[in-house]
Amino acid sequence: MPVSVSSSTLVYRGLKEVGVRIVSALPETWLVHLIRMAEDDPEMTLVRLAKEEEGVGISTGAHLAGVKSAMLMQNHGFLAAINGIVSCGQLYRIPLLMLISQRGSFGEKDPWQTEGGGVTEHVLEALRIPFDRLEAPEHVGKRIAKAQTLAYSASRPVALLLCRDLMWED
Amino acid sequence: MKRGDAIKAIYPELERSVVVTIMGAVAAEVQSIGHRPSFFYLQHAMGLASSVGLGIALARPELPVVVLDGDGSLLMNLGGLTTLARYRPRNLVHVVFDNESLLSVGGFPTATSTGSDLAAIAKGAGVPRTATVSSLEEFRAAFRAAQQSGDLTTLVAKVEAVGPAGYVTDLSLLENRYQFARHLNER
Repeated sequence: MPVSVSSSTLVYRGLKEVGVRIVSALPETWLVHLIRMAEDDPEMTLVRLAKEEEGVGISTGAHLAGVKSAMLMQNHGFLAAINGIVSCGQLYRIPLLMLISQRGSFGEKDPWQTEGGGVTEHVLEALRIPFDRLEAPEHVGKRIAKAQTLAYSASRPVALLLCRDLMWED
Repeated sequence: MKRGDAIKAIYPELERSVVVTIMGAVAAEVQSIGHRPSFFYLQHAMGLASSVGLGIALARPELPVVVLDGDGSLLMNLGGLTTLARYRPRNLVHVVFDNESLLSVGGFPTATSTGSDLAAIAKGAGVPRTATVSSLEEFRAAFRAAQQSGDLTTLVAKVEAVGPAGYVTDLSLLENRYQFARHLNER
Protein backbone atom coordinates (compact mmCIF):
# COMPACT_ATOMS: atom_id res chain seq x y z
CA MET A 1 0.00 0.00 0.00
CA PRO A 2 1.59 3.28 -1.07
CA VAL A 3 0.56 5.21 2.04
CA SER A 4 3.77 6.77 3.31
CA VAL A 5 5.04 5.07 6.45
CA SER A 6 7.74 7.68 6.96
CA SER A 7 5.31 10.60 6.72
CA SER A 8 2.80 8.82 8.94
CA THR A 9 5.59 8.32 11.49
CA LEU A 10 6.42 12.03 11.36
CA VAL A 11 2.78 12.98 11.90
CA TYR A 12 2.44 10.53 14.78
CA ARG A 13 5.66 11.81 16.36
CA GLY A 14 4.36 15.37 15.96
CA LEU A 15 1.20 14.48 17.87
CA LYS A 16 3.19 12.83 20.64
CA GLU A 17 5.51 15.81 20.92
CA VAL A 18 2.62 18.17 21.61
CA GLY A 19 1.31 15.89 24.35
CA VAL A 20 -1.64 14.23 22.61
CA ARG A 21 -2.84 11.28 24.73
CA ILE A 22 -6.22 10.47 23.16
CA VAL A 23 -6.78 10.02 19.42
CA SER A 24 -10.20 9.44 17.92
CA ALA A 25 -10.39 8.04 14.42
CA LEU A 26 -12.42 6.45 11.72
CA PRO A 27 -10.40 4.25 9.37
CA GLU A 28 -9.52 5.61 5.95
CA THR A 29 -6.79 4.45 3.61
CA TRP A 30 -4.42 7.37 4.18
CA LEU A 31 -4.75 7.03 7.95
CA VAL A 32 -4.04 3.29 8.31
CA HIS A 33 -0.47 3.62 9.58
CA LEU A 34 -1.37 6.47 11.95
CA ILE A 35 -4.23 4.46 13.44
CA ARG A 36 -2.02 1.39 13.85
CA MET A 37 0.66 3.49 15.56
CA ALA A 38 -1.92 4.85 18.00
CA GLU A 39 -3.20 1.33 18.63
CA ASP A 40 0.29 -0.05 19.29
CA ASP A 41 1.29 2.78 21.62
CA PRO A 42 0.60 1.98 25.30
CA GLU A 43 0.74 5.71 26.13
CA MET A 44 -2.07 6.51 23.67
CA THR A 45 -5.80 5.87 23.97
CA LEU A 46 -7.26 5.20 20.53
CA VAL A 47 -11.04 5.63 20.25
CA ARG A 48 -12.47 4.03 17.13
CA LEU A 49 -15.65 5.86 16.20
CA ALA A 50 -18.85 4.93 14.40
CA LYS A 51 -19.10 8.47 13.01
CA GLU A 52 -16.66 11.37 13.13
CA GLU A 53 -18.96 13.77 14.98
CA GLU A 54 -18.61 11.61 18.08
CA GLY A 55 -14.93 12.55 18.10
CA VAL A 56 -15.85 16.18 18.75
CA GLY A 57 -17.67 15.12 21.91
CA ILE A 58 -14.84 12.84 23.03
CA SER A 59 -12.21 15.54 22.47
CA THR A 60 -14.41 18.06 24.29
CA GLY A 61 -14.75 15.77 27.29
CA ALA A 62 -11.03 15.02 27.26
CA HIS A 63 -10.16 18.73 27.08
CA LEU A 64 -12.50 19.65 29.95
CA ALA A 65 -10.85 16.83 31.92
CA GLY A 66 -7.39 18.22 31.16
CA VAL A 67 -6.14 15.72 28.57
CA LYS A 68 -4.86 16.67 25.11
CA SER A 69 -6.40 14.89 22.15
CA ALA A 70 -6.55 14.89 18.36
CA MET A 71 -9.08 13.80 15.76
CA LEU A 72 -8.02 11.81 12.68
CA MET A 73 -10.50 11.81 9.85
CA GLN A 74 -11.03 11.98 6.12
CA ASN A 75 -12.39 15.21 4.67
CA HIS A 76 -15.76 13.51 4.17
CA GLY A 77 -15.67 12.70 7.87
CA PHE A 78 -15.00 16.35 8.60
CA LEU A 79 -18.04 17.22 6.50
CA ALA A 80 -20.06 14.69 8.54
CA ALA A 81 -18.91 16.26 11.83
CA ILE A 82 -19.72 19.90 11.12
CA ASN A 83 -22.68 20.39 13.45
CA GLY A 84 -20.65 19.04 16.34
CA ILE A 85 -17.68 21.22 15.44
CA VAL A 86 -19.89 24.34 15.36
CA SER A 87 -22.37 23.68 18.16
CA CYS A 88 -19.93 22.02 20.56
CA GLY A 89 -16.35 22.84 19.53
CA GLN A 90 -16.87 26.46 18.55
CA LEU A 91 -19.78 27.28 20.88
CA TYR A 92 -17.81 26.03 23.89
CA ARG A 93 -14.42 27.29 22.70
CA ILE A 94 -12.75 23.88 22.61
CA PRO A 95 -9.20 23.66 21.18
CA LEU A 96 -9.92 20.75 18.81
CA LEU A 97 -6.89 19.58 16.85
CA MET A 98 -8.30 18.07 13.66
CA LEU A 99 -6.08 16.19 11.19
CA ILE A 100 -8.01 15.78 7.97
CA SER A 101 -6.88 13.69 5.01
CA GLN A 102 -7.44 15.86 1.96
CA ARG A 103 -8.79 13.34 -0.51
CA GLY A 104 -10.03 14.36 -3.93
CA SER A 105 -7.18 16.67 -4.95
CA PHE A 106 -5.03 16.42 -8.12
CA GLY A 107 -3.92 12.82 -8.55
CA GLU A 108 -7.04 11.28 -6.99
CA LYS A 109 -7.98 8.07 -8.78
CA ASP A 110 -11.08 7.09 -6.78
CA PRO A 111 -14.10 8.72 -8.45
CA TRP A 112 -16.08 8.68 -5.19
CA GLN A 113 -13.50 10.86 -3.47
CA THR A 114 -13.56 13.70 -5.97
CA GLU A 115 -16.32 15.96 -4.58
CA GLY A 116 -15.05 16.38 -1.04
CA GLY A 117 -11.64 17.66 -2.04
CA GLY A 118 -13.15 20.58 -3.90
CA VAL A 119 -15.19 21.88 -0.98
CA THR A 120 -13.12 21.10 2.12
CA GLU A 121 -11.02 24.27 2.20
CA HIS A 122 -14.03 26.46 1.36
CA VAL A 123 -15.99 24.92 4.21
CA LEU A 124 -13.08 25.44 6.62
CA GLU A 125 -12.95 29.08 5.53
CA ALA A 126 -16.70 29.51 5.88
CA LEU A 127 -16.49 28.13 9.40
CA ARG A 128 -13.55 30.47 10.18
CA ILE A 129 -11.46 27.47 11.21
CA PRO A 130 -7.75 28.29 10.93
CA PHE A 131 -6.02 25.62 8.85
CA ASP A 132 -2.75 24.81 7.15
CA ARG A 133 -1.62 22.16 4.68
CA LEU A 134 0.91 19.44 5.41
CA GLU A 135 2.43 18.73 2.01
CA ALA A 136 6.07 17.92 2.77
CA PRO A 137 7.87 16.12 5.61
CA GLU A 138 9.55 19.34 6.76
CA HIS A 139 6.13 20.91 7.40
CA VAL A 140 4.88 18.26 9.76
CA GLY A 141 6.36 18.67 13.24
CA LYS A 142 6.44 22.48 13.23
CA ARG A 143 2.95 22.95 11.83
CA ILE A 144 1.38 20.47 14.24
CA ALA A 145 3.00 22.34 17.14
CA LYS A 146 1.94 25.74 15.76
CA ALA A 147 -1.61 24.53 15.11
CA GLN A 148 -1.96 23.30 18.66
CA THR A 149 -0.47 26.52 20.05
CA LEU A 150 -3.11 28.56 18.22
CA ALA A 151 -5.89 26.15 19.20
CA TYR A 152 -5.06 26.73 22.86
CA SER A 153 -4.35 30.46 22.71
CA ALA A 154 -7.54 31.12 20.71
CA SER A 155 -9.53 28.36 22.44
CA ARG A 156 -10.91 27.28 19.10
CA PRO A 157 -10.86 24.32 16.72
CA VAL A 158 -8.03 24.24 14.16
CA ALA A 159 -7.32 21.93 11.24
CA LEU A 160 -4.34 20.48 9.42
CA LEU A 161 -4.86 19.00 5.97
CA LEU A 162 -2.89 15.81 5.30
CA CYS A 163 -2.18 16.25 1.59
CA ARG A 164 -1.46 13.75 -1.16
CA ASP A 165 2.19 14.73 -1.63
CA LEU A 166 2.84 13.95 2.03
CA MET A 167 0.71 10.85 2.53
CA TRP A 168 0.80 8.97 -0.76
CA GLU A 169 3.78 7.49 -2.59
CA ASP A 170 2.74 6.85 -6.20
CA MET B 1 -42.97 9.81 36.54
CA LYS B 2 -42.00 13.43 35.96
CA ARG B 3 -38.41 14.03 34.90
CA GLY B 4 -38.00 16.83 37.44
CA ASP B 5 -39.00 14.46 40.26
CA ALA B 6 -36.65 11.80 38.89
CA ILE B 7 -33.73 14.24 38.91
CA LYS B 8 -34.62 15.28 42.49
CA ALA B 9 -34.68 11.60 43.48
CA ILE B 10 -31.04 11.07 42.44
CA TYR B 11 -29.76 14.61 43.14
CA PRO B 12 -27.99 13.65 46.40
CA GLU B 13 -26.19 10.81 44.57
CA LEU B 14 -24.99 13.21 41.88
CA GLU B 15 -22.85 15.09 44.40
CA ARG B 16 -19.83 12.80 44.13
CA SER B 17 -20.14 12.51 40.34
CA VAL B 18 -19.20 14.59 37.35
CA VAL B 19 -22.42 15.22 35.43
CA VAL B 20 -22.99 16.00 31.74
CA THR B 21 -26.52 16.86 30.63
CA ILE B 22 -28.27 17.55 27.36
CA MET B 23 -29.86 20.90 26.54
CA GLY B 24 -33.40 22.09 27.10
CA ALA B 25 -35.62 20.82 29.88
CA VAL B 26 -32.99 18.57 31.50
CA ALA B 27 -30.44 21.40 31.82
CA ALA B 28 -33.05 23.86 33.09
CA GLU B 29 -34.50 21.41 35.63
CA VAL B 30 -31.11 20.39 37.01
CA GLN B 31 -30.23 24.07 37.44
CA SER B 32 -33.54 24.82 39.13
CA ILE B 33 -32.83 22.07 41.67
CA GLY B 34 -29.31 23.37 42.18
CA HIS B 35 -26.26 23.91 40.00
CA ARG B 36 -22.92 22.52 41.09
CA PRO B 37 -19.46 23.22 39.58
CA SER B 38 -19.28 19.53 38.67
CA PHE B 39 -22.26 19.84 36.29
CA PHE B 40 -21.78 20.60 32.57
CA TYR B 41 -24.78 21.38 30.38
CA LEU B 42 -24.19 20.72 26.69
CA GLN B 43 -26.59 23.36 25.40
CA HIS B 44 -26.49 22.26 21.75
CA ALA B 45 -24.76 19.56 19.69
CA MET B 46 -27.64 17.15 20.18
CA GLY B 47 -26.43 13.61 20.58
CA LEU B 48 -22.95 14.40 21.83
CA ALA B 49 -23.58 14.43 25.59
CA SER B 50 -22.80 10.70 25.78
CA SER B 51 -19.63 11.26 23.71
CA VAL B 52 -18.52 14.10 26.01
CA GLY B 53 -19.15 11.79 28.96
CA LEU B 54 -17.06 9.08 27.29
CA GLY B 55 -14.21 11.56 26.72
CA ILE B 56 -14.23 12.55 30.40
CA ALA B 57 -14.51 8.93 31.55
CA LEU B 58 -11.55 7.86 29.40
CA ALA B 59 -9.44 10.86 30.40
CA ARG B 60 -10.20 10.46 34.12
CA PRO B 61 -11.08 6.82 34.81
CA GLU B 62 -11.06 7.41 38.58
CA LEU B 63 -13.95 9.91 38.42
CA PRO B 64 -17.57 8.71 38.51
CA VAL B 65 -19.33 10.22 35.48
CA VAL B 66 -23.10 10.51 34.97
CA VAL B 67 -24.62 11.49 31.61
CA LEU B 68 -28.23 12.72 31.64
CA ASP B 69 -29.37 12.09 28.07
CA GLY B 70 -32.76 12.17 26.34
CA ASP B 71 -34.54 10.10 23.72
CA GLY B 72 -34.37 12.78 21.02
CA SER B 73 -30.67 13.39 21.65
CA LEU B 74 -29.70 9.73 21.84
CA LEU B 75 -31.59 8.97 18.62
CA MET B 76 -29.26 11.45 16.91
CA ASN B 77 -26.18 9.48 17.98
CA LEU B 78 -27.17 5.81 18.16
CA GLY B 79 -23.77 4.89 16.71
CA GLY B 80 -22.25 6.48 19.80
CA LEU B 81 -23.77 3.66 21.87
CA THR B 82 -21.56 1.19 20.00
CA THR B 83 -18.50 3.33 20.81
CA LEU B 84 -19.58 3.61 24.44
CA ALA B 85 -19.98 -0.18 24.64
CA ARG B 86 -16.69 -0.80 22.83
CA TYR B 87 -14.64 1.17 25.38
CA ARG B 88 -16.96 0.23 28.27
CA PRO B 89 -16.01 2.95 30.75
CA ARG B 90 -16.82 1.34 34.09
CA ASN B 91 -17.05 4.75 35.72
CA LEU B 92 -19.97 5.94 33.55
CA VAL B 93 -23.72 5.80 34.20
CA HIS B 94 -25.76 6.78 31.15
CA VAL B 95 -29.29 7.88 32.07
CA VAL B 96 -31.77 8.44 29.25
CA PHE B 97 -34.93 10.37 30.09
CA ASP B 98 -37.38 9.06 27.51
CA ASN B 99 -40.48 11.24 27.15
CA GLU B 100 -41.12 9.94 23.60
CA SER B 101 -41.05 13.52 22.45
CA LEU B 102 -38.91 16.42 21.24
CA LEU B 103 -40.41 18.50 24.01
CA SER B 104 -38.20 21.57 23.74
CA VAL B 105 -39.07 22.18 20.10
CA GLY B 106 -42.84 21.67 20.14
CA GLY B 107 -43.39 18.19 21.49
CA PHE B 108 -43.19 16.24 18.25
CA PRO B 109 -43.19 12.48 18.93
CA THR B 110 -39.91 10.59 18.56
CA ALA B 111 -39.53 6.99 17.37
CA THR B 112 -39.70 5.73 20.95
CA SER B 113 -43.40 6.69 20.82
CA THR B 114 -43.89 4.09 18.10
CA GLY B 115 -41.98 1.28 19.72
CA SER B 116 -38.23 1.89 19.36
CA ASP B 117 -36.69 0.58 22.57
CA LEU B 118 -33.56 2.48 23.60
CA ALA B 119 -32.54 0.03 26.33
CA ALA B 120 -32.78 -2.83 23.82
CA ILE B 121 -30.74 -0.81 21.32
CA ALA B 122 -28.11 -0.13 24.00
CA LYS B 123 -28.06 -3.83 24.90
CA GLY B 124 -27.72 -4.74 21.24
CA ALA B 125 -24.87 -2.25 20.94
CA GLY B 126 -23.07 -4.15 23.67
CA VAL B 127 -23.71 -2.04 26.78
CA PRO B 128 -23.31 -4.60 29.58
CA ARG B 129 -26.03 -3.28 31.93
CA THR B 130 -29.31 -1.89 30.62
CA ALA B 131 -32.75 -1.35 32.11
CA THR B 132 -35.99 0.54 31.52
CA VAL B 133 -37.88 1.90 34.50
CA SER B 134 -41.10 3.87 34.79
CA SER B 135 -41.63 4.65 38.47
CA LEU B 136 -39.69 6.91 40.79
CA GLU B 137 -38.89 4.11 43.24
CA GLU B 138 -37.59 1.84 40.46
CA PHE B 139 -35.52 4.69 39.03
CA ARG B 140 -33.89 5.59 42.34
CA ALA B 141 -33.05 1.96 43.03
CA ALA B 142 -31.78 1.27 39.50
CA PHE B 143 -29.61 4.41 39.54
CA ARG B 144 -28.03 3.48 42.87
CA ALA B 145 -27.43 -0.06 41.62
CA ALA B 146 -25.80 1.33 38.47
CA GLN B 147 -23.49 3.57 40.51
CA GLN B 148 -22.50 0.67 42.71
CA SER B 149 -22.14 -1.86 39.89
CA GLY B 150 -18.74 -0.68 38.72
CA ASP B 151 -19.78 -1.20 35.10
CA LEU B 152 -21.21 0.78 32.22
CA THR B 153 -24.99 1.12 32.48
CA THR B 154 -27.61 2.65 30.19
CA LEU B 155 -30.70 3.32 32.30
CA VAL B 156 -33.80 4.41 30.38
CA ALA B 157 -36.34 6.27 32.53
CA LYS B 158 -39.77 6.66 30.98
CA VAL B 159 -41.03 10.14 31.91
CA GLU B 160 -43.96 12.42 31.13
CA ALA B 161 -43.58 14.91 28.31
CA VAL B 162 -43.74 17.96 30.56
CA GLY B 163 -41.05 20.48 31.35
CA PRO B 164 -40.32 23.95 32.67
CA ALA B 165 -41.81 27.11 31.18
CA GLY B 166 -38.47 28.27 29.77
CA TYR B 167 -35.03 26.89 29.04
CA VAL B 168 -32.69 29.87 29.27
CA THR B 169 -31.05 30.21 32.67
CA ASP B 170 -28.74 32.87 34.08
CA LEU B 171 -25.71 30.56 33.86
CA SER B 172 -23.88 31.47 30.67
CA LEU B 173 -22.54 28.64 28.52
CA LEU B 174 -18.90 29.67 28.76
CA GLU B 175 -19.08 30.44 32.48
CA ASN B 176 -20.34 26.88 32.96
CA ARG B 177 -17.67 25.46 30.65
CA TYR B 178 -14.72 27.16 32.37
CA GLN B 179 -16.06 26.56 35.86
CA PHE B 180 -16.50 22.86 35.04
CA ALA B 181 -13.01 22.50 33.54
CA ARG B 182 -11.49 24.26 36.58
CA HIS B 183 -13.44 21.96 38.88
CA LEU B 184 -12.10 18.88 37.07
CA ASN B 185 -8.59 20.30 37.11
CA GLU B 186 -8.68 20.78 40.89
CA ARG B 187 -10.28 17.45 41.62
